Amino acid sequence: MNKPVNTPVNNLEKIRKSLSRRNRSERLFRWYGRLAIFIGLAAVTVLFTDIVSKGHGAFRIAYLQLEVGYDQDLIGVDNLTDPEQLILGNWQAVPKQALRQQFPDVAGRSDKRKLYGLVSNGSGFDLKDRLLANPLLLGTRETVWVLADDDIDTYYKSWLDGEPYAARLSDKQVKWIGELHDQGKIRLQFNSNLFTRGDSREPEQAGIRGAVMGSLFTLLLTLMLSFPVGVAAAIYLEEFAPKNGWTDFIEVNINNLAAVPSIIFGLLGLAIFINFFHVPRSVPIVGGLVLTLMTLPTIIITSRAAIKSVPPSIREAALGMGASKYQMVMHHVLPLALPGMLTGAIIGMAQALGESAPLLMIGMVAFIVDIPAGFNDPATVLPVQIFLWADSPERAFIEKTSAAIMVLLSFLIVMNTSAVWVRKRLERRW
Amino acid sequence: MNATDPAMGAKAEVKQNLEVADNQVTVGSCFTDAPKMTMRNVNVFYDDKQAIHNVSVDIAKNEVIAMIGPSGCGKSTFLRSLNRMNDTVESCRVEGEICMDGENLYAPKLDVVELRARVGMVFQKPNPFPKSIYDNVAYGPKIHGLADTRVDLDEIVENSLRKASLWEEVKERLHQSGTGLSGGQQQRLCIARAIAVSPEVILMDEPCSALDPIATAKIEELIEELSQNFTIAIVTHSMQQAARVSHRTAYFHLGRLIEVNPTEQVFTMPEHELTEAYITGRFG
Repeated sequence: MNKPVNTPVNNLEKIRKSLSRRNRSERLFRWYGRLAIFIGLAAVTVLFTDIVSKGHGAFRIAYLQLEVGYDQDLIGVDNLTDPEQLILGNWQAVPKQALRQQFPDVAGRSDKRKLYGLVSNGSGFDLKDRLLANPLLLGTRETVWVLADDDIDTYYKSWLDGEPYAARLSDKQVKWIGELHDQGKIRLQFNSNLFTRGDSREPEQAGIRGAVMGSLFTLLLTLMLSFPVGVAAAIYLEEFAPKNGWTDFIEVNINNLAAVPSIIFGLLGLAIFINFFHVPRSVPIVGGLVLTLMTLPTIIITSRAAIKSVPPSIREAALGMGASKYQMVMHHVLPLALPGMLTGAIIGMAQALGESAPLLMIGMVAFIVDIPAGFNDPATVLPVQIFLWADSPERAFIEKTSAAIMVLLSFLIVMNTSAVWVRKRLERRW
Repeated sequence: MNATDPAMGAKAEVKQNLEVADNQVTVGSCFTDAPKMTMRNVNVFYDDKQAIHNVSVDIAKNEVIAMIGPSGCGKSTFLRSLNRMNDTVESCRVEGEICMDGENLYAPKLDVVELRARVGMVFQKPNPFPKSIYDNVAYGPKIHGLADTRVDLDEIVENSLRKASLWEEVKERLHQSGTGLSGGQQQRLCIARAIAVSPEVILMDEPCSALDPIATAKIEELIEELSQNFTIAIVTHSMQQAARVSHRTAYFHLGRLIEVNPTEQVFTMPEHELTEAYITGRFG
């Protein structure tokens, strides 16, 4: 008999001694975990608070109430069906005249120019659209709310918040705004332009409709190309391809492709699609092709994972029944793997939606006012629009940039939530 | 260690005898007059590792042949080479001749889809498709185009479920998921699914190893009934099961077929000492 080492009494003592140390490390680890989650949540909260506090103002915009007269001689138009007259018409004269009547004692060129600066440069065209919608207004007068200039809008909002920012306004303009405010002739309205218009150099006229449509067309093409191709590639690699050096090589390269910086895909698209195949620049076709290249690896990898998670026993059952390999895949593997594949596709699409770098390379960074109506119209996309606005000097673009970020983020949140929902809803447990 | 313990001595002795010679010849009655399937000099390799050595045996029409042996002896591998399920394992290679009704199953022009319709298989773990009970059974007839009308298909499904003695239990819920059944019911569903295409041979790879004794008893009863219409090859870990359900028993050891004899004889008077050692529980 040796010296007793492992007697029950000795063991119990040792276990008890170690207990407090073991419990302490677990408690410590729990706190580390909580701290990590707190840091993450705090970062997200700061980000969202910052964006929302900067961007919420963009959803409202200043309008001036003016009594305008649609005077035929003033505009130079007597026939609203003549397109040439419509183009040549001096539409901006209408709000200008209304402003002169509102402030009759303003004299001198410089003061008048400041007075005209109260309304947006595009407000004449807004009135033209109003007139075209209701031709009977020609030659009559009416009281309307007219879009204010962006500097006026910025000042009025900051003045309402109690910290007036008047750096870009003259004292007279400030005084006029005060008078208008006292008469109830300036107010903030819901900024529908933000959602119905394309880009503009005038912040008060600029909207994200063009970028949203561009993103929509680009993503639609990306989805139509990358999902079938990615799923077919994944199925072939998982179920049909022989496992040899070649498939290993392909697998490694697909994984590498997923790690390639996105701007490289932009350069590739520029070199191949635009320079070699002569696809037009700046259009959703080429954007969709480039984003397809970028999204394919993601979809292939997630689809392969989804296929792998289908239990082999189902494959054996199908093959044992005399199903061909193709039938096995189509009848059993694909339906069971589809939720995972869809989740991957949605996440891939969300990535593509947030991508800007590769699109800069293929000209989707151009300043485009018209709202794209198809795959072959010049377009830009939301993240690039954000980049463009963030780069603009006008102060009013600050809140617009944040508002566009809010819209982009809400699209992304909706997509990621639907990915989670699809997974939860369709997932089959074994 | 006490080397003089008599039991330990006996074990050591058996251990020495467990080695089998390369020129080991199968003893007993391997061949029959009216074989359904004939296997001659079958060798199966996984890459360079040989899993089955030179096995020759017949399976008679409408017989139940049980394959027993210790774990890793190659009985499942052998069974899976009878309907070429081993084709799905890339590293697997089969040599020799495996024929059914005189037709070589490994002939290049033979289509495995046709073969597997003729040789059905039931697996170790019940693996119904995650579809309805009806669709599980109807799957084979559908893909092979066996039923011309919906009525025919209904009849095939009902008959198959009846033959698998599952009809009474599921007839009220044919359109509920097959995965919602109990383990034993699932396995009978898999048997119904296999017999729905009226195969000539059914291979069963340890069909009861995942089931409780009551479910096992039901399956064994079923095998006995099925043997009137089908030729059945069953791999089993349970010697009692082999004794209860099979007509002949084949004993595999380290990839070699040691002995094939009528089941009664194997369990009462085995010819080979390895068979005897195994069935008396001295190893395995």
